[in-house]
Amino acid sequence: MTSGNGKGNSRVMDAEGLRRALTRIAHEIIERHKGTTGLALVGIRTRGAFLAQRLAKEIEAIDHHPVPVGALDITLYRDDLSRIAPNPIVRATAIPFDLTDLSIVLVDDVLFTGRTIRAALNAISDLGRPKQIQLAVLVDRGHRELPIRADYVGKNVPTSLQEHVEVQLNELDEREEVVIKALAPATGEKP
Amino acid sequence: MATTATPVHTTQWTRKDLLGLRELSAEEIHLILQTAESLREISLRPIKKVPALRGKTVVNLFFEPSTRTRTSFELAAKRLSADIVNIAAQSSSLSKGETVLDMVKNLEAFKVNFLVIRHAAAGVPHLIARHATSAVINAGDGAHEHPTQALLDAFTIKEKKGRIEGLNVSIIGDIAHSRVARSNIWGLTKLGAHVTVCGPPTLMPPAIEQLGVRVTYKVEDAIKGADVLMLLRIQHERQEHMLIPSLREYRLRYGIDAQRLKGAKPDVLIMHPGPVNRGVELESSVADGPYSVILDQVTNGLAVRMAVLYLLSGNQKDEEGLLHA
Amino acid sequence: MPKLLLKGGHVMDPANKRDGAFDVLIDDGKIADVQPAMAANGAQTLQVKGLLVTPGFVDLHTHLREPGREDKETIETGCQAALRGGFTTICAMPNTTPAIDQRGIVDLIQREAQRLNLARVAVVGAVTKGREGKELTDFGELFDAGCIGLSDDGAPVADAFLMRRGLEYAKLFGRPLIQHAEEPALFGQGVMHEGLVSTTLGLAGIPSESESIMVARDIALAALTGGWVHFAHLSSASSVDLIRQAKRRGLRVTCEVTPHHLALTEDVVGEFNTTAKVNPPLRTEADRQALIEGLRDGTIDCIATDHAPHTDWEKSADFDAAPFGISGLETALAVCAEVLVKPGLLTWSQLIEKLTVKPATIAQLPAGTLSVGAAADLTIIDPQAAWTIEPKSFVSKGRHTPFAGRTVTGKVVKTLVGGVERLA
Repeated sequence: MTSGNGKGNSRVMDAEGLRRALTRIAHEIIERHKGTTGLALVGIRTRGAFLAQRLAKEIEAIDHHPVPVGALDITLYRDDLSRIAPNPIVRATAIPFDLTDLSIVLVDDVLFTGRTIRAALNAISDLGRPKQIQLAVLVDRGHRELPIRADYVGKNVPTSLQEHVEVQLNELDEREEVVIKALAPATGEKP
Repeated sequence: MATTATPVHTTQWTRKDLLGLRELSAEEIHLILQTAESLREISLRPIKKVPALRGKTVVNLFFEPSTRTRTSFELAAKRLSADIVNIAAQSSSLSKGETVLDMVKNLEAFKVNFLVIRHAAAGVPHLIARHATSAVINAGDGAHEHPTQALLDAFTIKEKKGRIEGLNVSIIGDIAHSRVARSNIWGLTKLGAHVTVCGPPTLMPPAIEQLGVRVTYKVEDAIKGADVLMLLRIQHERQEHMLIPSLREYRLRYGIDAQRLKGAKPDVLIMHPGPVNRGVELESSVADGPYSVILDQVTNGLAVRMAVLYLLSGNQKDEEGLLHA
Repeated sequence: MPKLLLKGGHVMDPANKRDGAFDVLIDDGKIADVQPAMAANGAQTLQVKGLLVTPGFVDLHTHLREPGREDKETIETGCQAALRGGFTTICAMPNTTPAIDQRGIVDLIQREAQRLNLARVAVVGAVTKGREGKELTDFGELFDAGCIGLSDDGAPVADAFLMRRGLEYAKLFGRPLIQHAEEPALFGQGVMHEGLVSTTLGLAGIPSESESIMVARDIALAALTGGWVHFAHLSSASSVDLIRQAKRRGLRVTCEVTPHHLALTEDVVGEFNTTAKVNPPLRTEADRQALIEGLRDGTIDCIATDHAPHTDWEKSADFDAAPFGISGLETALAVCAEVLVKPGLLTWSQLIEKLTVKPATIAQLPAGTLSVGAAADLTIIDPQAAWTIEPKSFVSKGRHTPFAGRTVTGKVVKTLVGGVERLA
C-alpha cells in the first residue's frame, strides 16, 4: 500500500479532515431530525458500518442520547451476483432493533454508481418499514447510474472513471485518510 | 457488533460441486461455516427471504426417501429465492434401459443450476458431477459421504462449544454403513477434533483407524471424556444380515440411557442425524433431555445448506454472464 | 500358397527352448523349418530384423459374449482384438446367453469362428446346466464337441457336492474344471477389495478369503477325487500359497493370473473408477507381489486375459451398478512387458512361455509352439516400440481399461494364423 503521497495518488482527506466531516454530518443529522428521537443509524459493511458507529458516538456526544446502530451486509442483494466469480464473502447483517417507523440514516463510505445504496434499500425493506430513510456518505465521487443522491456528504470529490477512491479507517487499515488512486485493472470495487 | 468474534476467512470458493468433505481443506470448511453464520439471521426475520439466487433453479433429485434433508434443501433454496423442483425418483422408477445419466441429461436440458443428489449407491453424485454442467451437491450417497450433515454437525458443535479444535467427539453406532460417520471423520479431524468411533466389531469397517480416528468397541470408553456424543441410527435390517444379533442386544450394549450418561462430562452434547430410533441407540429421555442438541442440528442445517447453495452459485458465471450481456 | 521365410528375427520358442537368431520357414500353413540364416530358395521373404518371433499367444480366458450380448462383443470383434493383441487362439468362456451348456452352442461358436477365419477359437463349456449350479451338463457331449475344459465362470461352482462329482466325472476325459473361486456368502454384495479404499469410499468389500476359502476347498476336493481343477484369475496372496502347497503335494492343480492383477492394486479405484471394477477385485500391493512371485516360481502356470468387454452405458453407471470386467486382449502383452520384463522379474522368453506353451498345455491344444509341423501361428513383436493405450482405438467393442492413457513398451506388429498374416 502506498501512502496518499505516492505517485498517481492524491490524498483528498486526512485524519483531521475525516474527523471534522463526521462531526459536521452529526450536527446536520441532529438539526434535520430536530434531535435524536426515533433516529437510528445503519452502516453498510464494511467501512460504512465503522463510520456509522463513529457517527453514533459523535451524535451522542452532542445530544447526550444514545442512538441505535446496526450493520447491514448487502451482498445477497447485489445486482451483479451472477456476473462475478467467485461469489463475495457474506458477512452478517446485525440490526439489533426493529426498523419499523424509525428514521434511518444509511451510512456508507463512498457514493459512486448508487447500486450499493439500491441494494441496501431493498435489504432494509425486507427487514421492516422505516418511516424515512436518508443517506450519509463520507465521499460523493459522482458517476451515478441510478436516481440516488446523498442527504449528508462529507466531501464532494470530482473523479474520473479511471480513478478509484479509497477510504482508510483505523479500525481496518491502521490509517486514516481518503485517497484517489489510478485504477489498477480489475479491482473488486463495490458497484 | 462491528468486530465479530469469529476469525475472518478470506479463502474463496472455487469448486463447482460439493461432493464430500474428504477433498475440502480446513479453510474451505471454515468458509462454509462462516457463511452459514452470516446467513442464519435470515431465518429469524419476519420476511425469510433474500434475492441472492433469484432466477436459479435447484432440483432435489432423491433416489432414496428422505424428509429431513430434502425439506432442508428445499427451504434453503427458497429462502435464497431460487426455484426448486422435487423429484422422488426411486432407482426402480427409471424406465427400462434408462440410466441415471440419461435422467440427469434430461433435467439439464431444462437449464437448471443445481442438482441435489441423494442415492443409495456410493459415488452417484461424483458420476453425475463429471457429466453435468450444473453444480452438484451430494445429499448422501450410500455409505460414502453426507457432507452437508457433517457441516451442520460442525456448525452446531462450534455454536455450542465455541470451538472444534481439541474437542473429543465420539461417533457411536453403525460406522461401517454410515455416510454421516465418514463425512464427520473427514470434517472433524480437519478442524482439529479428536474423533473416536465406537460400535460392535461387525459394524466397524476395516482399516478405519487409518483415517486418523481412535477405535473402541466399548461404549463406556467412547462416553468417558467426550465433549460430544454423536449417535448413529441403527437400521433394522442390520440384524437380518447378522451384523448384530438383535436390536435388544444392541440397546443393552450400546444404547445411550441416563445411566450410561453418568459416565460423561457434565456439559456433553448429544447429537443425532435423525431420525432417532427411540429406545434403540438413544433412550427417549436422553433424546429430549438437556444435553440433546438434535433440534439445533435441524435448524443449523438450513443455514449450512443456504451457505452451500450461495457459495456454489458463484461458479456458473460464464454461461449466465453471456446470457445477460 | 507360396512359402514364407521370416528372416533376421529373434525367435523365442520356449516349447523348443529356442531363444536367439533364427529364420522361420513356413510352408502350407505349417512350420517347415527353423534354422539360423536360411536362404530364401524361392520363398517370399519377410524381414523381421530387430523383432521377436514367437508362437501365437493362447488365451485361456476370453469372454466373447456371442451368443446373447453382441452389443458387448461378437466372435468377430473378439477375434480381431485377439489378433491385435498377438493371440492366435482364444478360449471362449461359457457365460453367454444361452450358456454354452450343450453341443449346439459349441458348434455354433466354432462354425462362426471358422467362417470368419481370424483367430482360432476353442470353447469352454459350462459345468452346470444354464450355469445355475444345480445339475451337471453332459460332459461327454461337450468334450466330444471340442470343449477344452468346463467352467461356470462369472460364478463359482458353489456346491461342494456338485464340484466333487464334477471333478470325479471329468477324470474320464482328462480335462480340467475351471473354477471361478469365490465363496458366495463372503462375496456378498461386494464390488471391490475389502480394505482401506472400500472403507473410504463406503463400498461393500470382497475379502481375499472369499477366493482363498474356495481355493482351499477345491484343493481338498482335488485330493479327494484325483480330479483336475484349474483356478481362473487368481487375485490373492493366500490363494497363491495354497496352490503352491497343493502342487508340492503333487495334486492336479493349475492356475492362471491376469495382467491387471499383476499390474494394479485397489488404489486404482480412486474416486469410483469403474474401469477398475473387476472380479476378482484388484487387491493390495502385497497380493500383487505374491502373484508375481507365484508366476516366477511356477506356482502360477500362465497368464490369461479375462477379457470381459462391456458397453459404455453399462460401464458408465455408478460403481455398484457397473458390471465387473475390462477389455484385456489388446493390452495384455504390453502390460506384462511393462510390469514383468522391464523391472527384470521375467525375461522376455519366460513371459512368452506364460502366454504360449503353458496355456496351450492346460488347454491340450497343439498350439503355442514353433515345432516343425505345427500350425504356423506366430506373433511378431517389436519389443522397443513405445505406444500409448487409447481405448478409443481398440478393435474390441469393449473400450474400458484401467490402463487408458498409459505409455507402454512392446507392441505386436504382426500376427500370423496358419501362415497367413491376419493383422496388417
